[in-house]
Amino acid sequence: MLNMRLPFRSAASALGIFVLASAPAFADDPAARGDTPEAQKGYDVSARSDRTDTGFGDSRVDARMVLTNRAGQQTVREFSFQTLEKEDESVGDKSLVVFDSPRDVEGTALLSHAKILDPDDQWLYLPALKRVKRISSKNKSGAFVGSEFAFEDFTISELNKFTYSYVGEEDVDGMVMDVVERFPRYENSGYTKQKSWVDQEIFQVRKVEFYDRKGALLKTLVLSDYRDYDGVWRAHSLKMVNAQNGKETELVYSEFSFRNGLDGNDFEQGVLTRLR
Amino acid sequence: MRVFLGLCGLAAAFAPTLSVAGEWDVGGEVAGELRYFPNDPLYPGQFEHFQPSISFQPDIRWESDDRKHQVVLIPYARIDAQDDERTHIDLREGYYRYNADGGWSLTVGAVKVFWGRTESRHLVDIINQTDAVEDIDEEDKLGQPMANLTLINDWGTVDLYVMSGFRTRTFPGVDGRPRFALPVDTDAEIINRDWGRGAVDVAARYSHYIGNWDFGVSIFHGTSREPRFAIDGANQRIRPVYNTITQGGVDLQYTQDAWLWKLEAIVREGHGDTFAAAVGGFEYTLYQIFGSNADLGLLAEYQYDGRDEDFVLESFGPAFAAPVTFADNDVFAGARLGLNDTQDTSLLAGATVDTNDAFIGMFVEAQRRFGQNWTAELEARLFLNADPDNAAYPIRDDDFITLRVTRFF
Repeated sequence: MLNMRLPFRSAASALGIFVLASAPAFADDPAARGDTPEAQKGYDVSARSDRTDTGFGDSRVDARMVLTNRAGQQTVREFSFQTLEKEDESVGDKSLVVFDSPRDVEGTALLSHAKILDPDDQWLYLPALKRVKRISSKNKSGAFVGSEFAFEDFTISELNKFTYSYVGEEDVDGMVMDVVERFPRYENSGYTKQKSWVDQEIFQVRKVEFYDRKGALLKTLVLSDYRDYDGVWRAHSLKMVNAQNGKETELVYSEFSFRNGLDGNDFEQGVLTRLR
Repeated sequence: MRVFLGLCGLAAAFAPTLSVAGEWDVGGEVAGELRYFPNDPLYPGQFEHFQPSISFQPDIRWESDDRKHQVVLIPYARIDAQDDERTHIDLREGYYRYNADGGWSLTVGAVKVFWGRTESRHLVDIINQTDAVEDIDEEDKLGQPMANLTLINDWGTVDLYVMSGFRTRTFPGVDGRPRFALPVDTDAEIINRDWGRGAVDVAARYSHYIGNWDFGVSIFHGTSREPRFAIDGANQRIRPVYNTITQGGVDLQYTQDAWLWKLEAIVREGHGDTFAAAVGGFEYTLYQIFGSNADLGLLAEYQYDGRDEDFVLESFGPAFAAPVTFADNDVFAGARLGLNDTQDTSLLAGATVDTNDAFIGMFVEAQRRFGQNWTAELEARLFLNADPDNAAYPIRDDDFITLRVTRFF
């Protein structure tokens, strides 16, 4: 009668996470930067990391997600992902995720217009019905396609979504890292705090710890296999381990393709019915 | 021989471009289905309780490397052990699409199109004929031959359609369930237009969003997909009658927090007096209930339809009234549970109550994936409290349960 199976509920500006970068226009947001020296240093470290990855225009990449449960059983999700870089740091990127597998959800697509503090605009495309449906993006802390990634995890490099606090330096695997805590400014987050490790050589995020609403460690994300695309850095392996349920999810990106000539019309809801 | 060699040469000349360029994606699905009708049939000829069938749907796609050219071929076949009319084939989709720079595309071939927002009834959706022999929910559609021009702009999307090759609605045969007291003879259709199936239909839709509002405005002129029914007593059958109609539609959704507010409304000319119909309501989702990953969606919609219905049609000519509908003054309520687990387990249940006579149509649908390539679905449809005056009275004993197992390739 009504097919409302929404295998991919709201998702955020997406797997962007680490794909997404910040703005060509580098104007600090005073509300996000704060006014104490620790807050401002934390913001500046994060801003430098973010801004090293800008100017890519648009990107396309294939992704493979392997979900492993506590018993070691694995399931796989494959999707393609394209992003249009935002014009400045006051808005978010636009992104489009199209699923290839499992086969029963092949062709399902999720279009997101990310915002900084307001809820994102999101549309889901259900290929069996040819239906485009605007969906709620309230569900920030929900699981993305049954994985250990929450929707909001995909926007952790949106600089102005957080306030910051600089913790100090730490030696990890022979690299000197800046350690920064950040606190969500947007509503409906599942976290009270995130702790991130940013290296001092290429200024990339290497590890993030997520603390739940009770303040307990929930998940740890390790980002690796960073590659340099003419000055734009992208991690190609993102491994999330849940400290509370023992499950893990690894997200692996293929080679990125930048500056494909995409424009705003490629991210309008009208495009969803002609993706394939 | 020379012609043959010439053709080979031609093929060889094109082969490199055809075989090398672009990307092929060949897949599909095969499903085994068993329906069970617990009640004895009401009408002579109908099968008794069990209805096994299998269906095939290959899915062949090609896209050029620059993504400008797309070819899609999705044939469909069902083989049913009980109902000859349910054994059928269709071209669900079979088209070529050109995606131009600058946001326009042209699609030519058999296409499926959906318009609309609401869940319990799809009023605005009018392009494709319903494959009613598949299920009674009107969500299975036959491919419609057309040319479709799509213009995507930052001020909205415009779709223009020119269609011909009218598709008549499928119906269960003499053996089939659920059906009316007399079977619909799908070979005896009456199309009240010059050129019959070859007549041309036209349609247009504009859709866009502003802030939290999504909306569409549409117009259709052509052969009604919805037939009226003429009782042919001499031959103990019903003949479907298709008239020319013009229908305007609007569809709206307001999305705020966890609320989706939805409305669809139409005005139709050509089925007796011009009438309006509407369906509207909400969907509210509770996320991560009881600290789990599961979501619970709650839905309610009201269905209004102002048409004059003709239950017994004497004339095969111009329409003096409109086709029978179930949804004239009904309230729908439902719930959707999504576990958001790796198997995408979901459960959907709902009921539509006719506020005139308290007829209740109920359904439950459950679905789960097994492994990477299998899904299982269990569905139940119940017709309760059907009064002799209700359009659903003839199918009052046709409650059924469906188990479907699908393998994807």
